[in-house]
Amino acid sequence: MNVKPSTRELALGAAILTPGSAREYHTGGWRTFYPKTDEALCITCGLCWIFCPDACRVITKRENPIPGVLPDYYDFNPDYCKGCGICAQECPTGAIRMIEEGAP
Amino acid sequence: MSACVGLSATGCRTFTATSSQGLALMHEILFIVSAMRLPIVMATVNRALSAPINIWGDLSDVMANRDIGWVQLFGNNGQEVYDLTPCCFKIAEDRRVLLPVMLNIDGFTLSHVVEPIETLTQQDFDDFLPPYEPAQRLDVNQPISMGPVGPPDIFTETKKVHDDALVASRIVVNEVLDDFGRRFGRSYRAVEEYQTDDADVLLFTIGGTLGETGHTAVDALRARGMKIGQVLLRLWRPFPFDDIRRIFTGRKAVIVYDRALSVGGPGGPVASELRAAMYGRPDAPAILSLIAALGGRDVRAVEMAEQIENAVRRAGEGEYPAYEMVGVRE
Repeated sequence: MNVKPSTRELALGAAILTPGSAREYHTGGWRTFYPKTDEALCITCGLCWIFCPDACRVITKRENPIPGVLPDYYDFNPDYCKGCGICAQECPTGAIRMIEEGAP
Repeated sequence: MSACVGLSATGCRTFTATSSQGLALMHEILFIVSAMRLPIVMATVNRALSAPINIWGDLSDVMANRDIGWVQLFGNNGQEVYDLTPCCFKIAEDRRVLLPVMLNIDGFTLSHVVEPIETLTQQDFDDFLPPYEPAQRLDVNQPISMGPVGPPDIFTETKKVHDDALVASRIVVNEVLDDFGRRFGRSYRAVEEYQTDDADVLLFTIGGTLGETGHTAVDALRARGMKIGQVLLRLWRPFPFDDIRRIFTGRKAVIVYDRALSVGGPGGPVASELRAAMYGRPDAPAILSLIAALGGRDVRAVEMAEQIENAVRRAGEGEYPAYEMVGVRE
């Protein structure tokens, strides 16, 4: 959640008054570490996509296409990735590293 | 209680009653009712919690539910229970409160006896308690979510709002009790006093059995020359710290009777709260915590008077335990 309500802004009993507002809630805010993918090492095998518990591995166009390799690689969806690190653990080429949010 | 949550959420005025193990069984839902701000009223017939299996009067059920975030009142006889029930709805449904209210009634001594009471007419009720207009309800035409997830970045704010509302309900409790008194001539207060004006010793009770037996004990002790009065706690939550400090400051000793025991803790729950209220204040009295009348055990006025005399003597000597269970065969 981007704007956190104060005590004066909460509805009675913390009710939610806007139907469908759950789609505005981004659980990516719970993340401490984010998965940084080195697109040069990604072979687009899709193992991270299979293992990701939050369906947050996203087919992304490579900035630097590699001849003979698929034009896409797997990056992450920052809105919902909770930073569990399973993708980094499972990646067979070591393309994914977990980096602390806000780290220099 | 879960059914009552659903009923109240759809906008119905909701009442239920429970006791002892039933209250313990619904413990989980009691917090949900108050945090969702559903103005349910519940009569709780106070009885002991097992084991051993005991169906008799005792306050261990309500004392295990101190922190559920409800307004909690005590009715000390049949008339009070009758009168306070409409007051509970008026407090709960007030837009400045919107919290559930529990009306505590001593098990058996009140719940299983017949006594004459003065009744109100339907017109009296209608005038005092207008039709219920829910502040918020489930409605398919205007959908809302009640009782949603409150993650760490919201939860603390919701607790602050809840605490503020419960503390502030104190004003409404007094207003409603005063309104009832003006209309029908029977006045109630958050903290009731008996013979306290000149008293240097106070008996402090909660609940009808110890409360009314206490009156008789106080009368007997006054006849023997003790300057004693009695304070009856009607409003358990929000705890009326201001009244308590006003009444107890400057007295020599307070003998607190609790009908529940915080096992392995500070003794009686009411005594514990009184100590917290008076801690570090100048002219705080000696506070002696007695535990009695557990699980329906009779405490006769003559025994109570003896126990009080004994406690007052020890208060004078300055030597007394943090709490003491009286009337125990050891």
